[in-house]
This record gives sequence, C-alpha cells and structure tokens, in this order.
Amino acid sequence: MTQPLGLPYDDHDGLFAESEEMELNFGPQHPATHGVLRLKLKVNGERIVDSYPIIGYLHRGTEKLFELHPFFQNVPHTDRMDYVAAATNNQAYVGAVEKLVGLVVPPRARYIRMMLAELQRISSHLLWLATHAIDIGAMTPFFYTFREREILLDLFEEYCGARLTLNCMRPGGLPHDLPVGWTERCAKLMADLPGKLDEYEELLTNNRIWKKRTVGIGVLPPEIAIDYGVTGPMLRGSGVRWDLRKALPYDGYDEVEFEVPTGQNGDTYDRYVVRMIEMRQSVRIVNQCLEKLPDGPIMAKRPRVLKAAKDAEIYHGIEGPKGEIGFYIVGDGTPNPYRCHVRPPSFINLQSLPELCKGALIADLVALIGTTDIVLGEVDR
Amino acid sequence: MTSLIESVRNATGDTLFDYAVSPLVKILVLLFLMLLPLIAYLTLAERRILGFMQARLGPNRVGPWGLLQPIADVAKLLVKADSIPLRAVKWAFVLAPCLVVGPAIIIFSVIPLGPPASETGGLSWFITDINTGLLFVVATATIGVYGLIIGGWSSNNKFSLMGGLRSAAQMISYEVPQGLALVGPVLLAGTLSMVGIVEAQKSDGWWYVFPQIIGFFLYMVAGIAETNRNPFDLPEAESELVAGFHTEYSGMRFALFFLGEYANMIVISAVATTLFLGGWLRPFPSVEALAFLDVVPGVIWFTLKVFVFLFVYIWFRGTFPRYRFDQLMDLGWKWMIPVALGNLALTALVKLLV
Repeated sequence: MTQPLGLPYDDHDGLFAESEEMELNFGPQHPATHGVLRLKLKVNGERIVDSYPIIGYLHRGTEKLFELHPFFQNVPHTDRMDYVAAATNNQAYVGAVEKLVGLVVPPRARYIRMMLAELQRISSHLLWLATHAIDIGAMTPFFYTFREREILLDLFEEYCGARLTLNCMRPGGLPHDLPVGWTERCAKLMADLPGKLDEYEELLTNNRIWKKRTVGIGVLPPEIAIDYGVTGPMLRGSGVRWDLRKALPYDGYDEVEFEVPTGQNGDTYDRYVVRMIEMRQSVRIVNQCLEKLPDGPIMAKRPRVLKAAKDAEIYHGIEGPKGEIGFYIVGDGTPNPYRCHVRPPSFINLQSLPELCKGALIADLVALIGTTDIVLGEVDR
Repeated sequence: MTSLIESVRNATGDTLFDYAVSPLVKILVLLFLMLLPLIAYLTLAERRILGFMQARLGPNRVGPWGLLQPIADVAKLLVKADSIPLRAVKWAFVLAPCLVVGPAIIIFSVIPLGPPASETGGLSWFITDINTGLLFVVATATIGVYGLIIGGWSSNNKFSLMGGLRSAAQMISYEVPQGLALVGPVLLAGTLSMVGIVEAQKSDGWWYVFPQIIGFFLYMVAGIAETNRNPFDLPEAESELVAGFHTEYSGMRFALFFLGEYANMIVISAVATTLFLGGWLRPFPSVEALAFLDVVPGVIWFTLKVFVFLFVYIWFRGTFPRYRFDQLMDLGWKWMIPVALGNLALTALVKLLV
C-alpha cells in the first residue's frame, strides 16, 4: 500500500494488498454536507488522502447587490447570507454603517441588539448541535434542540415578524421596540434553557460512542488555526482565547459579565464543549440584559437618507455564532455603498477542512463538516 | 379446533398430513398472518416509539393512531418506479434483495413459537424441529450478507460499494463472537435442537440468561451488529454513505431490503428468546408458586419476549450515536471475541466439574 505522507497510520505496513486510490465525489447533494458543499475526495479505502472543497453552488452575488441599494435597504441582504444567524449578520452590517456615517446608538437599542444577537447565537448553536449529532448518528438530540429552537424563533417572530430572515436592525437603532410581554417570555425561556442544555449533554457529553467519535478527531493546532484565519468556536476550541465581544467590545458587551470558554486539544470534542458552554454564557448575557434593560429611544437621530463621505471606508467585525463576521464598506458620497465586502466566518473556517480531514475516515469527514459549522449561504454569498 | 385437525388428518392420511399439509398450512399462517404483519407493524411501532422518545408524534394520520400507515407505505412502494441503474449488473442487482429477505424468513422454520405436539395435544407450534437447528440458523443467517455485498457491488455506485464492503467486514467479524456466544446455551443444554434447548431450560429450571449472562449480552451486541442497526448501522449510515448498499434501489426492491432488515431483527430477537429467555416457557419455570402463569399460552410468552427485544432495538436507535468503522472492528475483534472465548471456556469448565 502506498502510504500517504504524514498520515496517522499506526501500523499495517505491508499487511494489505496493493490498493488503489479512488476519487469520490461527496456532494453537492449529500445528506451530510449541510447544503451544497461539494468535496472532491481522494480516498484509499475509507481513509481520506486528500480533499478539495468546491463551492459556489449557492452564489447569489450578494456583495454586488449591496452596491445597488441604499444603506438602509441592504439589511435584508445580510439576512440571507448566514440564514440561521440573521441577527448577528444584521448587527455586523448596521455596526459598520453606523461607524461609517457616525451614528450613536441609544442604550436601549444596544441592549436589545445584544439580546437578539445572543438569542441568535443560541439558536445557531442549537441548529449546529442538531445537525452535528445527527451526522454522527445520534438522532434524538436533533428533535430536542428543534423543540427549543422553535421557542426561540417564536420570540424572533414576535419581535420582528420573521423567524429566519429577521431584518431586525437598522443603521442607528432598531425598527421596533419590544412587544408587550416579550421580556417575560424571554426570561422564562432563559430560565428553562439551562435544564434543556443539561438534557442534551446527558445524551452526548459522557456518551462513550460520542466521545470515541469526537475526541482526538480533527485536531486543529492553534498556530494552524491562526494561520488559516479561523475564528469563533473553532479557534477557541484550539485554546486561543479570542472573542471579539471581549477583545473589541461593541454594543454593550463591556457592560455585561460573561466568560469565554476555550478548549485544550483543539479536537471535535473540545469544539463541542466550547459551543455548549457558549450557549450557557449567552443565557447569562441575555439574563443580564433583561435585568439592566434601559428605557429610552430605540433609534438614533439620523438623516432620512444616509450618505457616506467620499472615499470613507470602514471595517467592522463582530463575534457571530460561527466566528468573526465583518463588513468592509467603502462610500462614494452617494446613498449606496461603493463597495461592500463581507468577511464570512463560514468561508474562512471551511478552508481549514482539508487540513482537518487529512488521514481521517469518511465517517470522520461528516463529523468534521459538522464541527466547522458552515452555512453555505454565507460561504458562497 | 382439535376435531378439525383430526378430520383433516383422517382425510389425508398420516404421512401426507405430517409431511405436506401441516407444514404448508403452518408456513402460510406464519408468513402471512404472523411474520409479514409483524414486520409491517414493526415499522410503524418503531416510528411511533421513536416519536414519543423524541418529543414528537410520529405517523398518526392514516387510520386511527396511524394503524393503516404500513398499508399505505406498502401500496406506495409497490407502485413506485422501479429503476435499475444503466450500468448496474442486472442479474445481481435483482438477486440481491431476495438474498436478504429469503434467508431471514427461512430461519423461522426451526424457531419454536410454542410447545411441541406432545404438550399441545394437537399441532406443534413450529414448522420443523431438526437436530441441528441452531447450526441451521447460523448457517442461513450468513447467506444474508451476500445480499448486501452483491447489492452494493452491482449498483455501480461508489457509495453502495463502500456500504457493501462495510457490511461484509462487519458481519464477518461479528459472526464469530455471535457463534461463540451461542455455544454457551448449547453446552448447557447438550443439544443443537431449538426445541431441545427450550426443554432443557425447563428441566434445568432456569432460563439460560442467568448462567449465560455474558453470552447473552455478547449475543445481543453481535446481533445488533449483524442486523446493521444503530449504533452499528454503518453499511447504510445515512449521513456518511447516503444510503449505503441500497442507495440505488427504489420501489419494491428497496422494500425487500427494508423487509429483510426488520425480519432479521425479529430473527435475532427470536433466537435470543429461544436460547436465553426460555422460548415459550413462563418466567421461572421451576417455581411452583407461579404455575398459574401457565394459563397464558406459550406462544404469547414467546411473542412478549420477542417484543421486549424489539423495543430494545428501537430504544438503542433513539439513544446512541453511530460507531466508526474501525472502532467497530476493534470492539469485535479485541473485546468481544476474547470475552466470548473466556465465557465459553468457563462454561465448559463448570459443565465438566458440576
């Protein structure tokens, strides 16, 4: 057998007959690629020798679309990138626009934004957990997490009328104030959620099979993670304590208390644990926001039409559920952005996938796609 | 009932009755009144039970409590387009599903659902009792793996091929501990006949699950691996291999694979019941105080025990993630076979000394 370079083969030298490498097309219509990711795999039996992600099946020209609409009308475009975390996309975009044109967001709006973003983080992580677990073969967590995600989506629906493509923030503030009774319902969910999280963890965290499938699988050393520009829970799973909510606080994150969990080994299990703890920390943040929620206006004083100065440019990144989601916007004196570039966490985290799955088995590949937590709408834009 | 049997016996003559009429009737009854409905409703039961475990309802639209769902499913599968891939090996592609279902159903010919004729006074509750019954079960069950390999290979699809290869490796490795685990009860009973083993449990006064607790667990784990059920459902692993060996199958051919999987589940449960849980015997067959339990016919006891196993199968599916291929091999070769051998040696030693 030709032994591929640098692979964790333990033994077997000369034990097998000569085998040929086979090319395997994985996706774009495969149940485990979470959308339309296509992977060209070179496999030796079940062992992956090389992999090559092919993207672009969901390309919609979002960045070009930004140039065709005024700053205000671009918010819905951001919803459709990472469509399971629309609120944080909104937050990143409106944050960038506010910096660009110099708007000061009133405190009530900032707190509600934080709450929406953290609820979105929980809902995104719940979806990640559901699909990750079902990829590894555990069917039941899928339905449990969807049960709670449903309530979260109800909260969003109540606030802005939409469940996925929220369009829930505007440059300068928010479109609506919270509906009557929303805070109570949110508080009730936050009180319930830690118990529900325990329920999922009971099924998975100490499960021997789950551990066998995740511990030591897809180890991402911190240096390599940084080299690839990996951010979010994937980076923190590798033990790098980097969270934009702490490092470059935006909205009101410097006014609330929370911890940033990190892993030690950088394997799939650590990333799982990091995300589970992150959900609990998000609950903590939402609870603090509910407690401190100030009164006042929800929209800054602003002109009817926002115009960026000519040649003004800004980059603003925030900590999305999947990593750093950032917008680079250039103005040209008109109400439309001259250019808008997105820094999508899924796209950049996906780059590390070939690194992760070198020498892994096909069964690991689905765990690794799950652990990178990609959304193809954001990868392709 | 008895008089009806007697009059048929008189009309046909003893030889013809014993060798043709009674087996034929039993086969028809077993197949069409017991096995196929059980398989059909097992699919419904699985979906409903999983539904309740997973905080949802499961199918409940077709008929009361979804009771007509299996019929609707079968009707759908029968009228669905039956496609064969262009470059598939046609004869093998067609043969494969039959190779899975056939053996699974044939095994039921030697499984005693109830006591023999000497106890019932009329007909026995099994089709035949051969003195190599258990060997027949193991040998026939082995044929099933060919269906999976051939189906995977003939589809001309890389995912199918991988599924087929996985199932080959998995079933070969797990047949060894399974066979070794089955030797325990055989040693205790001193016979290979399935009826003989149950009767030995009656005369010994306990179900063999108690002296053979290790063998029982080994058999159950190996049995789940044999039937390719969660957590060992690697050959079809939906998230990895799309649908594994039956990726290219559709319509009734797919239904046959499905049927085979569920028939195999019932086979494994029935064999486990016969060998370890005393077949048609009531609990604690030697305790006189429980004699009132004999009112319940043997076949009911048998069915109840089989249902317990089937429930465990479904329960597992709701609980566990999937093993990885190499970890499965590790478990089979490095743990189960040594433990099974140790159990066998221990059983033999005890049998020799006691």
